[in-house]
Amino acid sequence: MSNEAPLRTGDDRVRAIVREIMSGTAVISVLAVVLALAIGGVLIAATDDHVRAAAPHLFTDPGGLLAAAWDAVAGAYGALFQGAVFNPNRDGLVLQLKPITETLTFATPLIAAGLGVALAFRVGLFNIGGQGQMLVAAACAGWVGFTLHLPFGVHLALALLAGLAGGALWGGLVGLLKARTGAHEVIVTIMLNYVAFYLLSYLLRTPLLQAPGSSNPKSPPIADTAALPPLLGPQFNLTLGLVLVVAATIFTWWLLDRSALGFRFKAVGINPDAARVAGIDVKRVYVATMLIAGALVGLAGVTQVLGPARAGFTSGIDAGIGFDAITVALLGRSRPWGVLAAGTLFGAFKAGGYLMQAAEAVPIDIVLVVQSLIVLFIAAPPLVRGVFRLPDPSVGTARQDPASPVPEKVSAL
Amino acid sequence: MKLELRGITKRFGALVANDHIDLTVEPGEIHCLLGENGAGKSTLMNVLYGLYEADEGEIVLDGVPQHLAGPGDAMNAGIGMVHQHFMLIPVFTVAENVMLGHEETGFGGRLDLASARRRVRELSDRFGFDLDPDALVEDLPVGVQQRVEIVKALARDARVLVFDEPTAVLTPQETDELMAIMRDLRANGTAIVFITHKLREVREVADRITVVRLGKVVGEASPTASNAELAALMVGRAVELTVRKAAPRLTDDALVVEGLTVLDPRGQVTVDDVSFRVRGGEVLAIAGVQGNGQTELVEALLGLQHRVTGRVVLDGSSLRGLDVRRILDAGVGFVPEDRTQDGLVGEFSIAENLMLDRSVGAPFVRAGTVRRDHLRAFAVEKSREFDVRSQGIDTPVGRLSGGNQQKVVLARELSRDLRLFVAAQPTRGIDVGSIEFVHQRIVATRDGGIPVIVVSTELDEVTALADRVAVMYRGRIVGIVPADTPREVLGLMMAGEVPPALRAASSPSDPEGAIA
Repeated sequence: MSNEAPLRTGDDRVRAIVREIMSGTAVISVLAVVLALAIGGVLIAATDDHVRAAAPHLFTDPGGLLAAAWDAVAGAYGALFQGAVFNPNRDGLVLQLKPITETLTFATPLIAAGLGVALAFRVGLFNIGGQGQMLVAAACAGWVGFTLHLPFGVHLALALLAGLAGGALWGGLVGLLKARTGAHEVIVTIMLNYVAFYLLSYLLRTPLLQAPGSSNPKSPPIADTAALPPLLGPQFNLTLGLVLVVAATIFTWWLLDRSALGFRFKAVGINPDAARVAGIDVKRVYVATMLIAGALVGLAGVTQVLGPARAGFTSGIDAGIGFDAITVALLGRSRPWGVLAAGTLFGAFKAGGYLMQAAEAVPIDIVLVVQSLIVLFIAAPPLVRGVFRLPDPSVGTARQDPASPVPEKVSAL
Repeated sequence: MKLELRGITKRFGALVANDHIDLTVEPGEIHCLLGENGAGKSTLMNVLYGLYEADEGEIVLDGVPQHLAGPGDAMNAGIGMVHQHFMLIPVFTVAENVMLGHEETGFGGRLDLASARRRVRELSDRFGFDLDPDALVEDLPVGVQQRVEIVKALARDARVLVFDEPTAVLTPQETDELMAIMRDLRANGTAIVFITHKLREVREVADRITVVRLGKVVGEASPTASNAELAALMVGRAVELTVRKAAPRLTDDALVVEGLTVLDPRGQVTVDDVSFRVRGGEVLAIAGVQGNGQTELVEALLGLQHRVTGRVVLDGSSLRGLDVRRILDAGVGFVPEDRTQDGLVGEFSIAENLMLDRSVGAPFVRAGTVRRDHLRAFAVEKSREFDVRSQGIDTPVGRLSGGNQQKVVLARELSRDLRLFVAAQPTRGIDVGSIEFVHQRIVATRDGGIPVIVVSTELDEVTALADRVAVMYRGRIVGIVPADTPREVLGLMMAGEVPPALRAASSPSDPEGAIA
């Protein structure tokens, strides 16, 4: 104890700050992406025809093999970048910039749904029901969108509200069941995914949702008055949905970091016992959380059905976004701005993956492998720390509080 | 088999859980290890069972030093353990549980259940356990499940049996039956270590008693020692704490509790027809050995228990049946006995924890948004006032020492307009300096005319703080006595005995029931 008594030197303090930054999960998230891309590169090289052709000459011409591998990886990731951010090979600035707008278009629903999952995570709930919440929201927004005839603006607002309400209802039901009966939200959300999917599949074969005169289980197109207007003009697919999603991110940030309701949410998420003793109605928090989470996921359904899928939707409208949202929320560490960044990254993978496949014949499955690896690494921080030789933060917190001058226990007496 | 522990020392960081403990248990002897929660009894037994490795000292069986690297070694050496929380698989039968871990197999790995059944029947008959080897464990009452644990140990030829707080989960009848079983085992030459903090049981079956406090053996006693002597040994504390306080300036009855009864989720009575009154400006201490209904009583006052009957009236309005939010709003301040579990959100900052139970409306919330500047100013001020030592108000509370954590809880609760202050085990596990501070604040609260209830298992704390002492035993209040009542009398009351003086006087609780 006595040799620890002097004030810590400046060097120590710098080290402590560096340790804090390096052990923070933001760094882990970035490194997980780097690590996943590296392993993805190995996979790309291993599956490349030229590399495999060069492989038998490993000992006679190792340079050739390396060059082939480099070509394969650089080509693939180059195509990924060109497909996702900026493509200098196109004619005109509009076409050159189109990839980044495609990325944002793909990112729009991922961010919204990611926010819904992240919010629930922060309250200690696993919202696996993104699919169901999206489907119900899409059906509600879509129905308002193609059934009613209203002026522009009013129609859009009403369709949007209907979608949010549908998602909130589907999510809130989970919260209610958990609060009232103690049912586990993982099971309830998964089962409600099936309910929503098959219910929608059925309704798409009834006059309620099916396009008239069609035999396909597909809805009629959304009225122009209800469609999300293009954000940057008709030559881009990007819609106003992106603005809504950024607004949702700001709202979620305010909710979690500034509002009294979010304060209670987080308290319940970290220590429900203390929250209960402090007079917070834990059950009501569960219901409120799932209502809001459902609405946020619902926004993903709305931006799809009133945006890219406005020509009519099927029961596959969620396109796996409800589950990708879990990944996005994890990568974004359940922080609103983290989710925004993670959703954008995954949007880029989606947008760029197509070009990668088309231009370089790299299977798009590789992108999915990379995505999965990212989450795998995030779920195992010690692995990432081990690879990059980062300090373990738990060593730091185990030390006694230096500001406390007295021993913890009276054991000496 | 003779068991000797010689100089066992076990440290966890700076905390010395066991400090050179010596213990000898002869064959055919029941040796009681008596001590409060946290005294280090369970640590010692986990060392004996090979779950922890001792930093110093040795375990000797029949003169042979043992090296026990795990429970398997301990079992092979002849040490069996009956855990407080049973280590049984509920969906297995009795015989399956007994053979688990040392299954005998026949041809092709087929389980030899028949021999396990035989073994269970044989042991069951020998000790009159009345066990059906084919019954599913989950269908058995708790007392019978415990016998399965005992048979499990005996089936592996345990010659030293450790019972870790075995009666904590038993009804009084089951406890009596267990005592009978322990005597039978003793007659068969088994050496028994019986860990408990219940004085009655100790006196009933023990041959020898070793008292442990704060990780050290503080004394040996014979079962003929009086309850008062045992209680003093067990709960006494080396630190003399003096709290300076003036005579109380009493106002009228503020809190009136009448006929309060609490049932736990299983329907067991945890608080049994309790009545008391607290006047403004006085401290009523609720004393008693841990687990005699104090926790449930306090939780019932705060609205944290669900099955409550009786009357709780604060300043003329009833609190019973209200939810926690309304009870807090009625001006009840509360320091929970487990502050990390119930009092604080560890990852929240000091500032956030200071508004934990005031997240609705003024003063910290306006238009649904937390007034961060206001909260920061408040946190800085209260950190200073309550001497919370930290690197700043943004420090997560989980990083503070126990004493500083408790000051945060106190600062939060005492900053509200209180009409009643309830502090449960306010100084448990905190350093001496903080203890003094906490005591001063409690006395200051009382001097402010607020009725105060302090629940404590520390007799020193009770006598230091209380104006009156209510002693609880098995869910009842044995009696309410002045704070200057001798420790021996309080010790007796904690064991459920009503002192003659109180029996003669008209006592508010029913003395007949208290004796039984």
